[in-house]
Amino acid sequence: MSLNIDTVRGIAHLARLAVSEPELEAHALTLSRCLDLLAEINAADTTGVAEMAHPLDLAQRLRPDEVTEADVRDACLAQAPAAENGLFLVPKVIE
Amino acid sequence: MHSLSVAEMAEALAQGQCTSEELTEVFLERIAQFDGELNSLITVEPERALAQAREADARRRRSDAGPLTGVPMIHKDIFLTAGQRTTCGSRMLGHFVPPFDATIVARCAAAGLVTLGKANMDEFAMGSSNETSYFGPVRNPWDPARVPGGSSGGSAAAVAARLAPLATGSDTGGSIRQPAALCGITGLKPTYGRVSRYGMIAFASSLDQAGVFGRDAQDCALLLEAMAGFDPRDSTSVDLPVPHYAGSLNNPLTGLRIGIPAEFFGAGLEPAVGQAVEAALEVFETLGATLHPVHLPNLGLSVPTYYTLAPAEASSNLSRFDGVRYGHRCENPANLEDLYKRSRGEGFGDEVKRRIMIGTYVLSAGYYDAYYLKAQRCRRLITEDFRRVFETVDVLAGPTAPEVAFRLGEKTDDPVKMYLSDINTIAVNLAGLPGLSLPAGFVENLPVGLQLIGPHFEEGRLLNMAHQFQRETDWHRRHPTAFA
Repeated sequence: MSLNIDTVRGIAHLARLAVSEPELEAHALTLSRCLDLLAEINAADTTGVAEMAHPLDLAQRLRPDEVTEADVRDACLAQAPAAENGLFLVPKVIE
Repeated sequence: MHSLSVAEMAEALAQGQCTSEELTEVFLERIAQFDGELNSLITVEPERALAQAREADARRRRSDAGPLTGVPMIHKDIFLTAGQRTTCGSRMLGHFVPPFDATIVARCAAAGLVTLGKANMDEFAMGSSNETSYFGPVRNPWDPARVPGGSSGGSAAAVAARLAPLATGSDTGGSIRQPAALCGITGLKPTYGRVSRYGMIAFASSLDQAGVFGRDAQDCALLLEAMAGFDPRDSTSVDLPVPHYAGSLNNPLTGLRIGIPAEFFGAGLEPAVGQAVEAALEVFETLGATLHPVHLPNLGLSVPTYYTLAPAEASSNLSRFDGVRYGHRCENPANLEDLYKRSRGEGFGDEVKRRIMIGTYVLSAGYYDAYYLKAQRCRRLITEDFRRVFETVDVLAGPTAPEVAFRLGEKTDDPVKMYLSDINTIAVNLAGLPGLSLPAGFVENLPVGLQLIGPHFEEGRLLNMAHQFQRETDWHRRHPTAFA
């Protein structure tokens, strides 16, 4: 599988990653090699084999819908690159 | 003092032959002396460590000490430490100070263990050589021109150089066992669900598992017992009692059936590594175990299966780093999309970007069935192989890595070559099994690791085997002379 630069640009956009033009070229090369490796799974006969998402066949544990965490709002906001009046700040999204 | 085993240190502390403060000072001095060369630690705060040590000493004076109270250790920088910077080896979290502790960090603290610092690692645990860290590569104490393995390379190098007697690690595809092998120490990846993942920064959530490094199996048993067990805060944590691992170390191995998968001894194996491993297996025979050739016919699928599933999960997990709530944010974003893209583009290194893009690709419309679902079916084939062999043998054994530590820069140009260095370890994560690597010999003064693999929740058996082996051999007592 050989990926061209436009495809890699599309993937980078989906992943919300800024990737420079020279980097796109390098990634196209290495991603193509990686996808060749991944394609080896096509050789396996998986007819009738169920997908496995979790290593232990256990049911998801549930808990009562109760508040269990103390108020950590200030501690969390303290980590934000930009916050004001208890809110995370981002560039204006509505003109 | 720094050469004592953890059990010996604990005894010295209990007898009042030394204080935790003295012990902590010894290791802090060694870090100051040696870590400039190794780069095994990202953050060291001596005053913080010494304050914990004094608290441990106070606990001992009021007869409130447990077996490990006052023993120093380090945490891989993937585990959140409240009030202490946690970077995950990434520029993205270069200034991140968590508001809470990971469950295992809290449990180690409750046991009275002292945190010397936070260990260097591959960025977001993505790597097999510790060369993807934003904070620079870690060097192998046995030969500083070589890698310590990854992703928990800092933890392994620090324990090998005796900058700390114990360390935590995380293992998504071999990130504890492979560096343990390459650095000549003992490392255990427990069964998926055995140790809480709460507060361990997520890479691939269906594969990630926290574990331990020590110089020998007894040290690992003591730390695992302090860390393991049910945690209501981790929805995949398994609610089973934690055995007294140190109590079963001396069980005899008579009649133990050890399966030797032929696939671990294939073409990629360095012959001298294979010879060292075979000699080690003979030791188990003298201890009364029997060796049985077995097959894991789908093992060859494990590298491509893993490198489909792990990046898929990573691309989802790492979408949380958006430059809004915490972590790196770019300067002067033009709009929200620019903020996301440049913050992530600047915050993540090349290997992390590569894995996010692989994951995004295999999960995207049109490729999801062919890659992601196909890989999940292959995962079951690989797991079924293990289930089948464990009907006839008790454990499996083989080389942890197909080669000894490679040189820095040797594989950085070719990600596929790097991914293939995980060939013997990643199937164990896909199946959620416990795996242990122990020192089993040397090739040209570089350590060789032997991997033991057990059925789910058989950590005690693996530690028992490793301990019995270490009573008969002295590979685990050797240490790099430059760090005496």
